[in-house]
Amino acid sequence: MAIFSLWIINKAGGLVYNRNFAEGLAQLTSNEQLVLAGTLHGIHAITSRLSPNGSSSGANVIEGESFKMTIHLTVTGTKFVLLTSLQETIAEHILQRIYEAYSDAVMKNPFHTPEMPIRSEGFDSRVTAIIGSGQT
Amino acid sequence: MSYAQPHPRQSILSNSSYSSAEHLSPTASSTRFSLPAAPSIHSTLASTPRPASNRVVPNIYDRNLSKARAAEVSASAYAFLFSEIVQYTQKRVSGINDFERRLNTIGYRVGSRVLEILFWRNESTSKAPKREIRLLPVLLMIQTQVWKAVFGKPADGLEKSSSNVDEYMVIDNEPLFERHISVPKDFSQLSCSSFTAGIVEAFLDGLNFPARVTAHHTPNAQFPSKVTILIKLEKSVLERDELQK
Repeated sequence: MAIFSLWIINKAGGLVYNRNFAEGLAQLTSNEQLVLAGTLHGIHAITSRLSPNGSSSGANVIEGESFKMTIHLTVTGTKFVLLTSLQETIAEHILQRIYEAYSDAVMKNPFHTPEMPIRSEGFDSRVTAIIGSGQT
Repeated sequence: MSYAQPHPRQSILSNSSYSSAEHLSPTASSTRFSLPAAPSIHSTLASTPRPASNRVVPNIYDRNLSKARAAEVSASAYAFLFSEIVQYTQKRVSGINDFERRLNTIGYRVGSRVLEILFWRNESTSKAPKREIRLLPVLLMIQTQVWKAVFGKPADGLEKSSSNVDEYMVIDNEPLFERHISVPKDFSQLSCSSFTAGIVEAFLDGLNFPARVTAHHTPNAQFPSKVTILIKLEKSVLERDELQK
């Protein structure tokens, strides 16, 4: 069980926060990560329209052979994405707590501009506390 | 001119927020941002009477002034409001000194009201209302009652400067205002508690203890956001206090 990395994608599809926790995935340059985040944003928009009846939440989990990607979409359109190993079961719970930390340490911080990259020590330490305790 | 008239339903959204809504994923945009065919705000106010609701929220002016205990406010609302105050100030200043001075000025306006309401609550019911004229009781009052009224807990310390006789310090280990604030590196000297300093300054001023009050960020390992509010009293205050002994 391992948590590889956390992405936060703003409502326009830009990657505003990216942090790696464990080795295990291919190393990507920051440019590649931006492209992937934008692609995921597009895929999510497509999946949310595929439902045959009514509205859909879009993709929640994407699984590969060696990793699992859990997506949490907030009501404001911000996406929290957690890349974990396949066995990880508490990814959704962790995302919920990260959303909580985001609301506190990012949105209530007067020095943060909405939709811009997150540079907040308070948020960094809250994330460290959550992921650190979530890892077994 | 060939500009199409904006659709009436869009008119209450600003252009910028509407265009950002288009970038949203369809789920969010369809549920959140496309406005249903509800009556516009104006017609709601003008014609249809408001639905009678059983839940009556008392207007802040109708509440009893003395009920301090039940009148709790949400810490989140408090944090968002303070965040907006800081952003508002940041747009209008050129440097850190200016920034702190402005926050201090806004705090001053709060402080003069805190003084008013504290005395109203404490002294209006007592048979022999009195006004504090000695320095030490006033400082203790700041540490306990002012902090309790504004932050819901007493301050963590009150100290007298060892080097200067006219300096006192109020210490708050975890200032409520700064709980969610991460000051960026280029503002590292800034202490948002200048607002608190303004409150203290107004309180002292109102009791005729003129002083210059500043806030200083003094972190330690245990309390990374610890703040010291430095009170530098005017000479006349100390001389008067000496006479009253």
